[in-house]
Amino acid sequence: MANILVIYEIRENKIKKISLEATNAAVQLSRNLGGTVSALLMGAQLDGLAAIAGEYGAQKVYLLQHQDLEKHSPDVYARLISEIAQEISATHILMGASAMGKDVLPRTAFRLNSPLAQDIVKFEMQNSKVLYTRPIIAGKLQAQLSLQGEYQLATLRPNVFPAVKNPVQPEIISLKKAVPFPKVQVQQITASEAGKLDVTEAEIIVSGGRGMQGPDNWNLIQNLAKALGAATGASRAAVDAGWREHGEQVGQTGKTVSPKLYIACGISGAIQHQAGMASSKYIVAINKDPEAPIFKLADYGIVGDVFEILPKLTEEIQKVKNQ
Amino acid sequence: MNIAVCIKEVPDTETRPKIHENGKEIQKEGIKWIVSPYDEYAIELGLQLTEKQGGEVTIISLGPKEIEATIRSALAMGAHKAVRIDGPKVINDPLVVARGLAAVLKTRNFDLILFGKQAIDDDNAQIPQMVAEALELPCVSVVVKLDLQDKSAVAEREIEGGKEKLTFQLPAVISCQKGLNEPRYRSLKGIMAAKKIVIEEIPGALEPEKVAIEKLSYPPQKPPGRIVGKGAEAVPELFKLLREEAKVI
Repeated sequence: MANILVIYEIRENKIKKISLEATNAAVQLSRNLGGTVSALLMGAQLDGLAAIAGEYGAQKVYLLQHQDLEKHSPDVYARLISEIAQEISATHILMGASAMGKDVLPRTAFRLNSPLAQDIVKFEMQNSKVLYTRPIIAGKLQAQLSLQGEYQLATLRPNVFPAVKNPVQPEIISLKKAVPFPKVQVQQITASEAGKLDVTEAEIIVSGGRGMQGPDNWNLIQNLAKALGAATGASRAAVDAGWREHGEQVGQTGKTVSPKLYIACGISGAIQHQAGMASSKYIVAINKDPEAPIFKLADYGIVGDVFEILPKLTEEIQKVKNQ
Repeated sequence: MNIAVCIKEVPDTETRPKIHENGKEIQKEGIKWIVSPYDEYAIELGLQLTEKQGGEVTIISLGPKEIEATIRSALAMGAHKAVRIDGPKVINDPLVVARGLAAVLKTRNFDLILFGKQAIDDDNAQIPQMVAEALELPCVSVVVKLDLQDKSAVAEREIEGGKEKLTFQLPAVISCQKGLNEPRYRSLKGIMAAKKIVIEEIPGALEPEKVAIEKLSYPPQKPPGRIVGKGAEAVPELFKLLREEAKVI
């Protein structure tokens, strides 16, 4: 019987959406494998969070509340997760492929001497074996992996698995454990801009490239993003020119994103950029060059001047919002 | 300072990879091989630190004899030594690579072990953290800023919508992200000097793999898109399509 353990990510006393996506993926997996879905929540303050894990389908919720967990330490997390996974006889360990998940689970995999599939986008069953699909070479190919080990670990790409509710009445188990002294500790978190959405988490991204002609024109991108509740992204050209921060870069040497809508403004669509955004559900391209490769990828394209089109599109969206 | 930089040879970013007829690996023919771009930030960091504080940068890579050209390309940036741990070109299980690297790293006293945040072919982003666990060292991944005061370090790493600031002590393992520095160009002098460096060869102690690639495939192809129109006049039509057909806004 499978015991699928989902490691929750909690920031500012709130559960991150990716943890709920992972819970739902665990529920789907448990239907195929037979077994239990467990959630592990760790932190200094966990009041009220166990019920949310239950709403999304966690049958058992393990809580490790300890004041020393107020500051995140990846090595402490990895150690605690691997100890708890052994104690509760987990078979599969899932976590979001977030900055935290991608950092913590490799350490956990090492401690458990078990394999990890990072950033997966699909599970499939082959007889009783789970096959994990993950994009490689920045999405230019997909690899289907099988894992062999006492435990199988996977991180899940954000925005790919839906966060659907599967309400159950969870059994809540409070764990008592000593928290080891950290080798590395987070002292401070700084947000890049107030309330700014990250491209890897956003459902809509408005992205700008060389065709924006300079950082001063980014207000056009930002206005459209604001009207849509979207994150702002940038091509490598825009980042290398120093117009935007690297945190916004989409592509092979930036972030790989899968939003439901990606609006590429003044981006020609080099192969490296395509690799980072081709798995977006819908792609809109706005570019004055009708031969730009981005149009081959776009569901909807407008050939023309971004400086005329963006304000008009922003206006149309605001009109509807104000109704 | 004694610094190790672990690098990987990968296909150039321009590559459009083709799947081998066995369905499980990419065709190697015609590929231009390069140092994985994130590894260059690690090399640059190592060079800057040793230029300031003295010491040596050792390039370490695991693979067959044929990766030596790429190791020399890394050396050409100005690194001092290189070690090639002999092993196969493709290893799908990061645990195996991490243990193979750790076995060599633990026999030498490095103050810092640097990596790129991930190799741009398998995009695993696992090995730096695993090596740190193997050596029981502090590790910060995806680093965009590093300040050292003797053995005390402060690093910044990228997270969703912001940055984390972390503190730790050396020796440590760091994986480097774009933004940390601007990797230097290889000078002719550097390229010539790299040719003279003897690459030390160590047999790899590699375990069986626990990860197998069952199948490679091309990502699902999207149906060809359409041009909605030209200029600002096309905006109302685009808006209608996004709302009524795609239903995304």
